[in-house]
Amino acid sequence: MVAIKVENLVKKFNGFVAIDYISFEVKKGELFGLLGPNGAGKTTTINILSTLLKQTSGYAEVAGYDISKDKNNVRKSIGIVFQEPALDNKLTGKENLEFHAMMYGMGKEERRRRIKEVLELVELRDKGDVLVENYSGGMKRRLEIARGLIHRPKVLFLDEPTLGLDAQTRRHIWEYIKKLNKEEGVTIILTTHYMEEADFLCDRIAIIDHGKIIAMDTPERLKDKLGGDIITFEVEKDSDKFMNEINKLDFVKSVKKHNSKLTIMVEQGEKRIPELIDMAQKNGVKVKSVSLHKPSLEDVFLHFTGKTIREQEAGQKERVRKSMRRFGR
Amino acid sequence: MINKTAIYVLWLREMKRFLRAKSRVIGTLAMPLFFLAFLGLGFGNMNIPGMGKVDYIHFLVPGIVGMGMLFTSMFSGISVLWDREFGFLKEIMVAPVNRVSIVIGRIAGGATTSVLQGILILGISVLMGFKITNISALLFSIVFMLLISCTFIGLGLIFASKMRDIQGFQLIMQFIVFPLFFLSGALFPLENLPVWLRHISSIDPLTYGVDGLRGVLIGISYFSIGFDFLVLAGFSILMVFLGAYFFEKSESV
Repeated sequence: MVAIKVENLVKKFNGFVAIDYISFEVKKGELFGLLGPNGAGKTTTINILSTLLKQTSGYAEVAGYDISKDKNNVRKSIGIVFQEPALDNKLTGKENLEFHAMMYGMGKEERRRRIKEVLELVELRDKGDVLVENYSGGMKRRLEIARGLIHRPKVLFLDEPTLGLDAQTRRHIWEYIKKLNKEEGVTIILTTHYMEEADFLCDRIAIIDHGKIIAMDTPERLKDKLGGDIITFEVEKDSDKFMNEINKLDFVKSVKKHNSKLTIMVEQGEKRIPELIDMAQKNGVKVKSVSLHKPSLEDVFLHFTGKTIREQEAGQKERVRKSMRRFGR
Repeated sequence: MINKTAIYVLWLREMKRFLRAKSRVIGTLAMPLFFLAFLGLGFGNMNIPGMGKVDYIHFLVPGIVGMGMLFTSMFSGISVLWDREFGFLKEIMVAPVNRVSIVIGRIAGGATTSVLQGILILGISVLMGFKITNISALLFSIVFMLLISCTFIGLGLIFASKMRDIQGFQLIMQFIVFPLFFLSGALFPLENLPVWLRHISSIDPLTYGVDGLRGVLIGISYFSIGFDFLVLAGFSILMVFLGAYFFEKSESV
């Protein structure tokens, strides 16, 4: 069963291509992640799938309904938690939920019961009558997750659900998300630029950069693709010859240079370190530090884009700013 | 097509916000009341040509009620921008409710709060010596208040749909709202304006609103009350229609 189907989706803003022919499918009950730097096109994708924006071209289906032709049914089937708070601060938590439940046409009895249930789920039951302007950031986030669930959506969109939250609250929210997915069977599609979040939560991940999907698989398989272990050498300059030398070794899968760091992918890394250090000394390269780790999604991202997600983000901001300036927005 | 529950809940939200924002209510009432107090007292004994036999305070009260309607209604229409700024507009737009119901709910809420403020201004004027002759005058004045309100909420929605952020709000106050107010004849009889300016006044919806209010409340008007009613009703239908059209066209993110 397919919950979301996206085919060759394109979105342009005044000639700026935010989404560049992306296609993917999310199965029913799956927890799917869109991972990428800010400005990669994740939020735009969510906004299109939730009918807030019109796509420039391409086709998409949510819960079996065409997002262009059957907006109302799409809207009925989805719940969404936006990246920035979308609460009315002058209403209480309960009133915000009540507003939502009525907009979704729920009856009085059902409303009362569901509001109680979701407030309990996110542990806000004794804060229901407090004005939202007095909530902390974490409480607002939880209230929004609760709101997204009241009407029992088939598909839940979470746009950067833990952005700007402290580590403890983040953990809590991760647990809610897992619980929802497992116990209520809700299909969840979330966007994030936190590697560990995608790794911990998602069944499957699409890595998205510059509006394109550059890799898509389970977190394990994405990491396995890099193979074995990663040895990182921090070296002083003039390491090019050394790099060529180790590239010739048959146990080395690949070597990449990034600033003063050499990332070497090998099997059984712990046994290869002495050998590699020997070679470095023979080539007159001074090794400042060595580390060995299993590949993380950060390495996967670096592998596919040649940049860390943080650097990519800095570049993206510049790109967006330039195009905004050009079109005078 | 029309979703009554959605209209009700959008209206209810406006009511709750209105009742909780006491400072905003006082803020929007203050200016009309200052106008009323100082102009009323300052010009009270002056004999202004074209005013007939009423004293200035009686002439002024319907104008100030109209002014209150204009300001609160424009604000109410433009407040869609605040919802966009605080993200709540997305919550509204992603709900399975057609856009027409959203606009009607918005206008119903805005019109109710505006008329409540108009009645408050009228009540305070009575305390300041304004006399309302009979109860039907009051009821008819509420009809005119409602029409003025719908007209300018519609106009506010048009601006809100065309603007990206709240930066332009001051410009609209200076270049749209104040001219509409001064041209309407709220402060002086239209007869005293030069002919070319009177032509401009005749395309200002508030002119008919203020004139109609004056007709029903103190029994003097430049046009006939029926004419005022028809023109104003036409303006309000047009503005609500255009406001809904532009709102529907605008993107919420």
